[in-house]
Amino acid sequence: MSVLLIAEHNNKEVRPFTYNAITAASQINEDLHVLVLGHQADEVAKSLSEVPSVKKVIHVDNEIYENYIAENYTSAIIKHAENYSHIVSSANTFGKNLMPRIAALLDTSQVSDIIKVISEDTFLRPIYAGNAFATVKSNDKKKCVTIRPTSFDPADKSGGSAEITNSDPAEASSSTKFLKKEEVKSDRPELGTARIVISGGRGMQNGENFKLISDIADKLNAAIGASRAAVDAGYITNDHQVGQTGKVVVPDLYIAVGISGAIQHLAGMKESKVIVAINKDGEAPIFSVADYGLEADLFEALPQFLSELNKLNTIQK
Amino acid sequence: MKILVAVKRVIDYNVQIRVKEDGSGVVTDNVKMSTNPPDDNAIEEAVKIKEAGKAKEIVAITIGEEKAQETVRKALAVGADRGIHVKVNNVIEPLAVSKILKKIVEKENPDLVFMGKQAIDDDCNQTGQMLAALLNWPQATFASKIEVKDNALEVTREIDEGLETIEVNVPAIVTCDLRLNEPRYASLPNIMKAKKKPIEQINASDLGVDINPRIEQIKVEEPPKRKAGIKVASVEELVQKLKNEAKVI
Repeated sequence: MSVLLIAEHNNKEVRPFTYNAITAASQINEDLHVLVLGHQADEVAKSLSEVPSVKKVIHVDNEIYENYIAENYTSAIIKHAENYSHIVSSANTFGKNLMPRIAALLDTSQVSDIIKVISEDTFLRPIYAGNAFATVKSNDKKKCVTIRPTSFDPADKSGGSAEITNSDPAEASSSTKFLKKEEVKSDRPELGTARIVISGGRGMQNGENFKLISDIADKLNAAIGASRAAVDAGYITNDHQVGQTGKVVVPDLYIAVGISGAIQHLAGMKESKVIVAINKDGEAPIFSVADYGLEADLFEALPQFLSELNKLNTIQK
Repeated sequence: MKILVAVKRVIDYNVQIRVKEDGSGVVTDNVKMSTNPPDDNAIEEAVKIKEAGKAKEIVAITIGEEKAQETVRKALAVGADRGIHVKVNNVIEPLAVSKILKKIVEKENPDLVFMGKQAIDDDCNQTGQMLAALLNWPQATFASKIEVKDNALEVTREIDEGLETIEVNVPAIVTCDLRLNEPRYASLPNIMKAKKKPIEQINASDLGVDINPRIEQIKVEEPPKRKAGIKVASVEELVQKLKNEAKVI
């Protein structure tokens, strides 16, 4: 049997985590098909057909798929489900919203947020905010799986030439209406995929002080993150939140500034390759996961950090 | 309107999780238990809607062992009118939970069902969406703002790209984000009053739904530990280490 991956895209481009999910999906079974539900998303279907590990792209074009309305997506996916042993998507807000609705209609117990494919039916997934790892085996005939994107490398994007087939839309829901999306635009790299992330916590004291963080982010070409405390205090918008209830990030370098290191924050960043903590409280739990800890007042340390970085000329873009 | 709010009893979010040595799960004996945090937001929102005169009754429901009732009692103390406790002895999967909730919804006929977006024990993030599917109701997940309109809700959702606003017709399922509101504490008089509010007990086995597990938990283990890092004395040293030792800048 084959695997059906639900692509996440904005009708123009494939959203990056789809490529990570493709890697995991092709580890489950090599016969990987991708379903593109969109409105005038021909470019998306074309891009995905060029991914070498994708064997087939099914494209459904209709205005009811312009936005991610789970109800509309679900009826279309159910129509195709019988040909597949696994339905998969990334475990970000797109897949989290969508997949359980599909699973319930297929009478399948979903396996959420896997970080490793052990076999076609057995997976590793974090529980308790990553404080324990569970190995689970799905005994359902049809499996619904969501994939933690940061645990898998993105798939190669070119060189393939999968067949693209067009398919008809399913019925639309009349009880859900999309009103608006407030997307936060930024010139910086995306938080979920950035090579370097610098995050501020409650220790920043106010929103204006995040300038100290953004100056360094500009220098390092880093994404800006924040702890839940900083977001709740209104210093910065929610799309920057790293943690169990925000984004899970796995950059090469994670710099935590004025963040104490609550369990919920650690869950979102402790798999980062190198972690730096800057905090004036030497007992802060963040130091227990940091490779390099600097016990210092951030208002003195950050300007110094920037000037030291300016002395280096080797910052990789 | 009538609002059904589902709450779950979980290990308190401040407790350091310990994995059992035999790999069968995590230690729950003598560990502090609480209501799943976003479920508190779900209750709070229902109470606020009732206080605004837009809901008549709030029913709090939990599914679990005997002690799970504490979470319903807490919901009653902050403003729910009555409770339902569906008794099960084992841990059941979100699919089974949503099948039980469906039975209760068919009996109670609420206009809205609220719950947290995710339980902090199994981190599944499934139940609300599954219940919506089984009932063929619209879903509004990860809600950070809810506006009650005539026979509809305008819900702002927390998504990866920022915020999305959708309108769902009632009846609907809403799963609540932590940022939806600030849950209140129960006052002592209200805790006393809550003791007199009724909690109906139902055995899951009487509901005629299949709640057998479909997923086998083979083992639970500790995540790999990070090796201990070092403290650096100065910013200069930090930058040198990052450049020459870690080679990340």
